[in-house]
Amino acid sequence: MVRVVRVERSTGSIDRTRERGTMPWPLGIPAAVAVFFLLVPLVAMLVRAPWSGLTRILANSTVLDALRLSLLSASAATVASFVLGVPLAWMLARARWRGLSVLRALVTLPLVLPPVVGGVALLLAFGRNGVVGKAIYDWTGFALPFTTWGVVVAETFVAMPFLVVTVEGAFRAADQGFEEAAATLGASRMTIFRRVTLPLIGPSLVAGSVLCWARALGEFGATITFAGNNPDTQTMPIAVYLANESDTDAAIALSLVLLLVSVVVLVALRDRWLRQGPAL
Amino acid sequence: MSGAFVRTTTSPTVLRVDALVRRGEFDLDVGFDVQPGEVLGVLGPNGAGKSTLLRALAGLTPLTAGSIRLGDVVLDDTATDTFVPPADRPVGLVFQNYRLFPHLDVLDNVAFAPRSQGVPRAEARARATELLARFDLTELAARRPSQVSGGQAQRVALARALAATPLLLLLDEPLSALDARTRLDVRTQLRHHLADFPGPVLIVTHDPLEAMVLADRLLVIEEGRVVQSGPPGEVARRPATQYVARLVGLNLWRGRLGSDQRVVLADGGALVVAPADGLAAGDPVLVGLRPSAVTVSTERPEHGSARNVWPGRITGLELLADRVRVQVDGAPSTLVDITAAAVADLSLAAGQRIWLAAKATETDAYPDRPPASTGSAG
Amino acid sequence: MRRTVVTASVGLSAAALVLAGCGSSGGSGTASSSSGSSTTSGVTGTVTVFAAASLKSSFTVIGKAFEAANPGVKVTFNFGPSSGLATSIAQGNPADVFASASPTNMDSVVKASDASDPTTFAKNAMQIAVPPSNPGAITGIADLAKPGVKVARCADAVPCGKLAMTIFTKAKITVNPVDRAVDVNGVVKDVTTGEVDAGLVYVTDVLAQGAKVKGIVIPADVNASTSYPIAVLSKAPNAAGAKAFKAFVLSDTGVAALTDAGFEKP
Repeated sequence: MVRVVRVERSTGSIDRTRERGTMPWPLGIPAAVAVFFLLVPLVAMLVRAPWSGLTRILANSTVLDALRLSLLSASAATVASFVLGVPLAWMLARARWRGLSVLRALVTLPLVLPPVVGGVALLLAFGRNGVVGKAIYDWTGFALPFTTWGVVVAETFVAMPFLVVTVEGAFRAADQGFEEAAATLGASRMTIFRRVTLPLIGPSLVAGSVLCWARALGEFGATITFAGNNPDTQTMPIAVYLANESDTDAAIALSLVLLLVSVVVLVALRDRWLRQGPAL
Repeated sequence: MSGAFVRTTTSPTVLRVDALVRRGEFDLDVGFDVQPGEVLGVLGPNGAGKSTLLRALAGLTPLTAGSIRLGDVVLDDTATDTFVPPADRPVGLVFQNYRLFPHLDVLDNVAFAPRSQGVPRAEARARATELLARFDLTELAARRPSQVSGGQAQRVALARALAATPLLLLLDEPLSALDARTRLDVRTQLRHHLADFPGPVLIVTHDPLEAMVLADRLLVIEEGRVVQSGPPGEVARRPATQYVARLVGLNLWRGRLGSDQRVVLADGGALVVAPADGLAAGDPVLVGLRPSAVTVSTERPEHGSARNVWPGRITGLELLADRVRVQVDGAPSTLVDITAAAVADLSLAAGQRIWLAAKATETDAYPDRPPASTGSAG
Repeated sequence: MRRTVVTASVGLSAAALVLAGCGSSGGSGTASSSSGSSTTSGVTGTVTVFAAASLKSSFTVIGKAFEAANPGVKVTFNFGPSSGLATSIAQGNPADVFASASPTNMDSVVKASDASDPTTFAKNAMQIAVPPSNPGAITGIADLAKPGVKVARCADAVPCGKLAMTIFTKAKITVNPVDRAVDVNGVVKDVTTGEVDAGLVYVTDVLAQGAKVKGIVIPADVNASTSYPIAVLSKAPNAAGAKAFKAFVLSDTGVAALTDAGFEKP
C-alpha cells in the first residue's frame, strides 16, 4: 500500500460563519442567576420607592447640593486618579526595579482596606495633626478635613487603585511590538507613550476611569471619616445614610437619584467608548 | 520616481557588521558587509538568529561585542561604548507581521515617522500621500490596518518604513504573513520597489525561493553562525549544509575524496563521483546529487551503466506537485524523485527494500570548507 | 474556687460587682447557691442582647457578672446604633433583650408589638470633649460659638445631634460645626485625632476615652440627656433569660456598672 502524503495545502482562508451570541447552556444558568442577584435589589428599591412623595423629597435643595457635590468630587477624583494613576500603572507594568511587586501590593492596598480604615489612615497622614498634614497646617493654616478638597482626596485614595489595576493590566497585555515599531520610525519615548501606547490601551483607560468614577461616586466610609459631614462635604451617599436614620422613604428616593444619574452617565459612556473594543 | 528615496549623503552607505549578540545559551556571531543598492538575503532555519540580527541592526537589541557601521556612522560599537538608540538610527525595519498601528489609518501610519521627526502634521501627511500614491495605496488612505488585505498591509509597512527616509532597509520575513497566491504578486512588486532603494537592504527569510528572487546575495545562518555566503545560484547549486540542501531539494553528503574518484561518506557508504577541478585525494568534500538523478529498482540492477548502486529501505513517500519523493534509508540515505506512475508500477511502499543507482556524472563534488566570515559579492 | 477563676479573667471591678451581686437580693438571677447548678434560677442557655453602642463597656461588665451569677448561662451582645438595631428587630432578627439609647427607637419597636413594658434604666448627659492639649482653649459651652473654633457634633437626624442642638438653644449660642458626624463615634474620632477643637459627646464617651480626651462639664441648666429604655422582646427565644437579664441591669449591680461608665440614674 502506498502511503501518499499531500503537502500542497489549501492556502485560501476558509470563511467560517461565526456563531455569535449563542451561549453554551452551562454558562447560561449561572449568568441568569447573576443577573437576578444583581438586579433584584434594584427592582426592590423601585417597587418600594415613595413615588408620590418623590417630588417633595427631591425638591429639597440639600439634595441637589449633595448631588452636585457628588458628581463634581467624583469627577475631580477621577481626573486626579488618571493624571497620577496612569503613569503609576505604566511604572508598575514596565519598570524592572527590585521591590516593585511589593510596591504594587502596597499601592493597591486601598482595594482591600475597609474604607473607614482608609479614612482614619488619611487623617493620620493629612489631618491637622497628621504626619504630612501638620506641616501644611502649621505653615498655611489649611487642613484638608471637613473641606471639599478632603472629599476629593478621600475619593481619590479609595478609587485610584481601581484605575491603576485596570490600566496596569492593559499596559502589561499591550503588544510592545508596536512600541518597537514606533522607535524604529524615529519616535522618542514620550512620543511613543503618547501616540502609540496610550491610544492602544484606550478602551482600558476608559474602562478604568469609569470604574474609578463609579467607585468615587459611591464612596462613603473614607469620605465620612476624613472629610466629615457639613454642607461642603455632604455627598449623596452620606445624605442617603443620614436620611435613612430618620426617613427611609427619603433614603430610597435619594438612592434612586444617585442610581439614575450613574446609569445615565455609564450608558452614555458605554455607547461612546466601551462598545468599540480594541482595534485590531 | 526613485527620487523619493534619494537622500544626500557624503559617502556611500556601506553596511559593515561584526556582531556578537549573546542571549542566554544562544549567541549570534556574524560578520559581513552589504554594499549600497545591494539586497542581501539572510536565510536560515527558525532560531538561527536571523531576527536577532535585524534587531541588533535596528538598535532594538544592543550588541554584546563588536560593531555596526553604516557608511561613516557608527551605530553600535562596544569597543568605544557607542550606541545609537533605535529612534536615532537611519534604519527602516519592516516587521514580520508589519506591526501597523491599529489605531491610526493608513495615511497616519505612513505619516508617523515624519511626525515623530517633528514635521508639521500637514506636511507629514502630504509626504505620506506621495508615498501612498507611489505604492498604489491612495484609495486606502482612510482605512484602518484591520481593513486592508495582507498584501496591502505589506506595502503600507514598506511605505511607512521608507517615510522615515532610512539609509538602511531591513525586512523581516516580508512575505510570510501572506497566502501563496498573494505572495507571488507582492514578491514581484517588492522586488521592483527594492530596486529603487539606494542603500543596503537586508531581507530575512526562511523561504529559499523568496531569497533567490529578491536577493543579490545570500547569507546562510545556522545556530548563530554564517555557514555559507554567495550569489543565490551558487548557493542553490552547491549548498554547504544539509539545511540549504534540503531547502533547494538536493541530496548532500559530507565525505573525504579517496583514490579513483571514490568518496567515503562520513555517515556511511561511498560514492564514485565525477572528476572535479581543484580536488585532490584526501580533501574533505561535499557531494551533491539531485533526487531526480537517482533511479529505483526492486531487484539489484545487473547490467546498469551506473557506477553507484546501493540498497536501501523506503521510510516514506511524499506526493509533490508532479512527482513522488521517496525517502530511502541506506548507506547513504537518499531522497529520490520518481513519477507517480513509477511508484504504482513498482508497487512501492514504506518499509520495502529497494535498490538505488546513480551515475557518477550526475554527482557534484566540491570542496568542504568553512565560509569566509566577511566579504561581499562585489 | 470556681467563681474566683471566672472573676479573675473579668477584672477587679467585675469581681467587686459579682460580690455585690451575691449579697444583693435585687438581682433575680443571683439566687443561685455556690453549688453552681444552673437550674436553680430557672435561667439557662444563651441570652442575646441588642444594645446601643454607647452601652458597650458597661454592658460587657454587666454581662460577665450575669454569667458569673448564673453559671451555664451565656450572654451574647450585638452592639450598634439604636436605629439600626430597631430595624434589625423589625426585620425579624432573633434577640431576647433590646436596650436602646433613645426612647424613639424603643417606641418604634413597641409600636410594632415586638416589645412591651420598656423600663428606663439610665440617662446619659452631654459633655464637651476636647483634645488633651485643648488647642481651642475651651473652658465652657460659650466658647463653641467663637469664630475659628472647630466644633464637631452629631448630625441632626441622630439622637446625640438632637441633644447638641437642644443644648445650643438653651445656651443661646449659634454654632457652625465643621462636622455633623453620622454617629457619636465620628465626633469622638474628630476629637481624638485633633481635627476639631471641641466635640459634643456623651459623658460615657469621655470616660471611655480615658486620657485621650478631656471632658468639660456642661452646667445642668443648659445640659440635655437621653434616656435609655430596656425591654424584653415579644419573640424572645429565651424569655426567662431575657427577664432575668433586664432585672439584673436594674439591680444595684447593674446600676453600679452603669454609674462607673458615666451614666446617671433615671
